[in-house]
Amino acid sequence: MKKILATSLIALAAASAAQAEGELKLYNWFEYMPQELLDKFTEETGITVTMDTYDSNEALLASLKAGKLGSYDLAVPGDYMVKILGDEDMLGTFTAEEVPNLVNIEDQWMDVPFDEGRKSSVPYQWGSTSFAVNREVFDGDIQTTGIIFEPPAELKGKINVLDTSGETLTLASMHLGIPQCTSDRDQLKALNALVMGAKADWASFGSDVAKDVLVSGDAAAGMIWSGFAAKARGEGAPIEYAFPKEGVIVWMDNITLLKDAPNRDSALAFMNFMLEPENAATLTNYAQYSAGVKGVAEFLDPEVANSPESNPPEGTTTVFVEACPEEVQVLYDAIWTNLKK
Amino acid sequence: MAAMAPGGASSSEIYKGNASRLLLPTWVVIGVFLLVPVALMATYSFLTKEFRGGVIWEFSLAAYDQFFLDRGLFGDEPPKIEWTYITIFWRSIWQAGLATILCLLIGFPTAWFIATRDARMRTVWLLVVTVPYWVNLLIRTVSMKFLIRDEGPLNAMLLWSGLIDQPLGLINTNLAVQLGLFYSYLPFMVLPIYAAVERYDFALSEAAADLYAGRWTTLRLVILPVVKPGIIAGCILVFVPSLGAFLAPDLLGGAKSFMIGSLIEEQFKGAAGNWPFGAAAAMILMTIVMIVLLVYARSQTREAKA
Amino acid sequence: MKQLDLRRFPGFFAITLLCVVVLYAPLMVVSVYSFNASTSITNWGGFSLDWYVDVFTGPESPKFQRAAMNSLIIAVLAGLCATLIATSAAVAMHRAGRFKGKTATFALINLPLMVPEVVTAVASLIFFTAIGFSGGIGTILLAHITFCIPFAYLPIAARMQSVPDSYEQAAMDLYATPWEAFRLILLPLMMPGIFSGFLLAFIISLDDFLITNFVKGAGVETLPTAIFGAVKQGIKPNIMAISTLMLGVSVVFVTLSWLIGRSGQAKKP
Repeated sequence: MKKILATSLIALAAASAAQAEGELKLYNWFEYMPQELLDKFTEETGITVTMDTYDSNEALLASLKAGKLGSYDLAVPGDYMVKILGDEDMLGTFTAEEVPNLVNIEDQWMDVPFDEGRKSSVPYQWGSTSFAVNREVFDGDIQTTGIIFEPPAELKGKINVLDTSGETLTLASMHLGIPQCTSDRDQLKALNALVMGAKADWASFGSDVAKDVLVSGDAAAGMIWSGFAAKARGEGAPIEYAFPKEGVIVWMDNITLLKDAPNRDSALAFMNFMLEPENAATLTNYAQYSAGVKGVAEFLDPEVANSPESNPPEGTTTVFVEACPEEVQVLYDAIWTNLKK
Repeated sequence: MAAMAPGGASSSEIYKGNASRLLLPTWVVIGVFLLVPVALMATYSFLTKEFRGGVIWEFSLAAYDQFFLDRGLFGDEPPKIEWTYITIFWRSIWQAGLATILCLLIGFPTAWFIATRDARMRTVWLLVVTVPYWVNLLIRTVSMKFLIRDEGPLNAMLLWSGLIDQPLGLINTNLAVQLGLFYSYLPFMVLPIYAAVERYDFALSEAAADLYAGRWTTLRLVILPVVKPGIIAGCILVFVPSLGAFLAPDLLGGAKSFMIGSLIEEQFKGAAGNWPFGAAAAMILMTIVMIVLLVYARSQTREAKA
Repeated sequence: MKQLDLRRFPGFFAITLLCVVVLYAPLMVVSVYSFNASTSITNWGGFSLDWYVDVFTGPESPKFQRAAMNSLIIAVLAGLCATLIATSAAVAMHRAGRFKGKTATFALINLPLMVPEVVTAVASLIFFTAIGFSGGIGTILLAHITFCIPFAYLPIAARMQSVPDSYEQAAMDLYATPWEAFRLILLPLMMPGIFSGFLLAFIISLDDFLITNFVKGAGVETLPTAIFGAVKQGIKPNIMAISTLMLGVSVVFVTLSWLIGRSGQAKKP
């Protein structure tokens, strides 16, 4: 037994030693990073990447709050979560000289309200959130958020909803036509009543399963992100992604430098790497959203570039999720908790 | 557990005087990594929540208030009893209880059957029943999910055989969770009952038969009282883990079968981010379990005395 | 010969068969589908070993191999530490006479069995966060050692109870020190118990998902947490292949522990 113990201890020591030089700890959304890109990065820089995954912006925040800040170098929060992390003093900063490829960022994504002048984050992917419907189950009009919140009979009990308060409650607010971060009692009560009533028609809450339930047929409609819907379609789901008349949520996920990053240099090298048009295109071809980086067009697969999910019809209303002030956010949290239990 | 009570048959004193030295590692490890954390958790349940996870070190009863009292969405209505969390706990207790009964209904006959085989067959049957217990719980739960999906093999088979003409719609229901719990903990029921039946003296049954007791009367009046300790142990081994189960509700339950385990997890890993509330819910769960175990221990001592 | 066979109850055999079917059907179905040639989990596309090849060489294989390695290292170390601690505790509880706090100690040893898993998970998370400890597999290892102790203790103590102390007494009458009596007499006699204790602790550690998921450090996955992460996105054929492999490992382990248990029984003094 002593021998086993000694051997395991040596293996353990060796394993941690191997990780010590040139490594990067990345905290990313699930199914959002092709392995080939990580391999390419390691090949070019010698830095090995360890990646953990999460399934909502809120889960990322919870995990960082639960003592993980200081163990990851980079995370990939959505726009409003970048703002929240900034307000919570959880971000690191860099200068333009440290990430030379900053110049590759498309102009519209350079001076963004959640990170003015790009001091902590760079674009990863951007896309939209609405929902997709199995056209073999329901062939009526799907261009309304009523599909999720007041579903037709064919879809009742067969709906999957994203397990993330930010996007789900925002879409519900759009359905009611009320502003985000409202503190108006009647509006909040209406929002609460809407989602509580709709819950009876929902089969499940799940973000990570959002694609699979549509492919496997376990759900006939589901809130989903545009690229994820495109992937589901690619895997044979007979679905159509909706651009409802009430609007879609638009978001941008950003590679974000975290405070107390243990491998800051590796992190900046990775940011720079991901801003290379060719690499950004590899990512886009995999995740099937849009890059926010100049010069990717020539590297894109035509099916991805022209996918119906990434090319909303003219005149689609788009809305960003807002980061609410604390006293308002607690009310939304209460609605969400109320809904989930 | 009861069979291992301290100071039983072996009160050997060979290493007398060394007890504290020998027990030091146990005290330190369980003390530091379980007792202290649980005490800390108890403390957290009385602290003020920090916005989006974490605590502020100020005394507060807000977590328990939120658990038991409903003050409306805006927190300024006159308090009523909050039924939501009590409902979740009640659902968990109910689900765990039902799983226990189901396990007992299947587990007792199985244990009896195995214990009454001859020695060689007994080993074989016992092995057959234990193997699934050694398989990873997560994998077993995933397997169950795969089996009962709407598009899964169970429905396919039933559809093909013409017994049903549309899928059962089991997945994401309380019934699916029930099935998962039952399946997860069934071996826990069989083994202790088996141990009790194995020790059962069949002379008792013969005596009953001589007094013209029928088979089922003998079972009810003679056998069950004798093997009761095994049954109770089995029930506890199924009930307690079912009560705090996370995997079965999470993987099989979908949105509508929130149980205690998921409620607590959500406070720490999900959007809720309310640590004191999660700690309070965990405290309440632990209290319930401790009460069950205490009642059990009491009944054991009473029985030992009788 | 009596008319009534007192050992038989009508229907019990049928229920036993039902029990076995319930226990095995899900696992069998998954095992069968792991040999499915199709990428769909619903349709059968013929027999193939593709998904087993994928487990070892596919794009996700490094992740799962690292996770399996972590699981193995943690389970071996946690099993060994828990066995060591439990053996020492068992000697104190069964060979050191009466002492103050014995009942309390007994309760303490069994505490990890009594506290619901999700409570242990939350308490450990709070504790490790509060002391600012989030180091790699260290947190997992410490938590695993703790909850493995009672599992290692049960078979060890059971074995020790069944070994009379007369052999050690005899040795000490021949001027052996207590340490010698322990090392040369008791320890060899207890070996089957210690080994079952280790195996049980090892399996329990390998099995754990909930506590690991709460306390694991950045970039550290064990096999269950990695599988859970993958399964959340839908059951894939490669997961079924991994599950089937783990099922195989479990069967080997049960057989092993059964054989050891049997040899232990045969040697029972």
